[in-house]
Amino acid sequence: MSESDWQSKYVQRLTRFTVSFTTYRDQHRIRVEPQELKQVLRELLDAGMDMLIDITAVDLLEYEGATDRFEVIYCLLNTESGERLVVRTYLNEPDMELPSVTDLWRAADWLEREVYDMYGVRFIGHPNFKRLLLPQEFASYPLRKDYPVKGRGERHNFPVITRAKS
Amino acid sequence: MPLELLAPEAEGDSKREGLWTLNFGPQHPATHTTLRLVLQLDGELVLDAEPDIGYLHSGFEKLAEVLDFNQYVTIVDRMNYISPLANEIAWHHAVEKLLDIELTPRCKYIRTILAELMRIHDHLLCVGTCILDVGGATAFMYFFNERERIYEMCERVSGQRFHTSFTRVGGLLYDVTDDWLSMVRDFVKRFPQTYDDVCRLVLKNRIFIERTSGVGVLSREEAINGGATGPVARASGVQRDLRRDEPYLAYDDFDFDVVCAAAGDCFSRFHVRMLEMMESLKIIQQALENLPVGPIFPEGLGKVALPEKREVYQSIEGLIHHFESIMPNRQVPAPNESMYAATESPNGELGYYIVSDGSFRAYRARTRPPSLVHFALFPQLIRGCMLSDVVAVLGSLNIIAAELDR
Repeated sequence: MSESDWQSKYVQRLTRFTVSFTTYRDQHRIRVEPQELKQVLRELLDAGMDMLIDITAVDLLEYEGATDRFEVIYCLLNTESGERLVVRTYLNEPDMELPSVTDLWRAADWLEREVYDMYGVRFIGHPNFKRLLLPQEFASYPLRKDYPVKGRGERHNFPVITRAKS
Repeated sequence: MPLELLAPEAEGDSKREGLWTLNFGPQHPATHTTLRLVLQLDGELVLDAEPDIGYLHSGFEKLAEVLDFNQYVTIVDRMNYISPLANEIAWHHAVEKLLDIELTPRCKYIRTILAELMRIHDHLLCVGTCILDVGGATAFMYFFNERERIYEMCERVSGQRFHTSFTRVGGLLYDVTDDWLSMVRDFVKRFPQTYDDVCRLVLKNRIFIERTSGVGVLSREEAINGGATGPVARASGVQRDLRRDEPYLAYDDFDFDVVCAAAGDCFSRFHVRMLEMMESLKIIQQALENLPVGPIFPEGLGKVALPEKREVYQSIEGLIHHFESIMPNRQVPAPNESMYAATESPNGELGYYIVSDGSFRAYRARTRPPSLVHFALFPQLIRGCMLSDVVAVLGSLNIIAAELDR
């Protein structure tokens, strides 16, 4: 698919939003404002991006030249044509909220929970919003860059239940 | 950090008279790996299921940020340990796409052979245990015999049976030997016999068909909306295979079919996996016939390519080259960019999203695990089925907890 086809199919639908487009090695990416994220994603779903491949985030704390703290990434796929699109949005503390897209793609359910688990991004409107992998009482978000690789002693301090007490 | 055990959550109005809550796992032979299901039962009917995962969470993605592109391959091995080489190929596929490295034809072909061997390896386990879980032990034994032979090939090629760590950025740890190629040829020749035996045992077996047919149905729309990929999606009629749609490695050169089914039930998923093994065998055969000669690392890679071990230990130039390749302050810079690249792993689309800050290690390396997305579909598949169907559905999705939790 040529650049111009791609432009007419997706880019022109998004002219009413504040979005910026970049391409790196055949990978098309758009940057979206968090307030407009849901509308843009809905528009892309209508344009044929029917599969949500992945939601993930990056903590840009130590990234040289970064102006925002968190980047949340949505990887979309059109199963008919095979086109891919990466949608990126940026967040800063304390405003760590994004609208949930579980009503657009069911696949977002666990992926959003994992992003919350690892980065603390809250997804508003998620039907069952809690941590996915870590214990519910876990206090920090381990994939943030200010969390040490060795942990903060959670494992060491974990209450051990002996056979007698259980 | 305050760590107190939480009080059990209030059940609310969903609690009906006479319902049972059953904890399935975390240690149960039919979960295969460590995961837990909280089932709501009305007699033997499953009303709802809530998966509880995270038992094997080991912070692999955090480790990716402290290990370089070559070192992290030892960690991706341990994600889907049923087909470790497929993970390695997926990881280095993403790294090579980020660094814009074009592999040599020989390396591409060898990686393709290995990837397809791993597909057979993974499907053998999935299909074998799927049959075992619904009551047939014979096919499982037949298939594990074949898996053992693939393990022997892994051992011969890399020195390790399980965690091979065989790929390197731009190439492979070693070139393969003629000895190994004849092992693969032998496998290709003998495997169809076992396959036929199992087909005769299972495909017309009334017990197996009744246990799996019409159970855990996933429609095409649900599969797409739920993010299903690989055999799970293809069994629901989604005609998508990254090997054909976004050809990587040497898949463009080979003639093979993308196996699809329409029913979307456990039997279709099982059958798609069975037929895919024969397609993989076809690819391996074609790759073996046309295996190019030549180097396994491309020319002009400079410090990216690790020198051969023989050179490192026997010549001063090789040792210097090795030193320059592995010291963090001397390694080649990667572009300040991010890249998502995916391969068709046996389980589905296995992708890596790499964010690079210019060093030879990832600033962030996200794994897109197929198991995680597939397991999220499980409650929807099992609602309204019987308790005995739980193992059939679970087996047909092929959930690998190490990949699920990372």
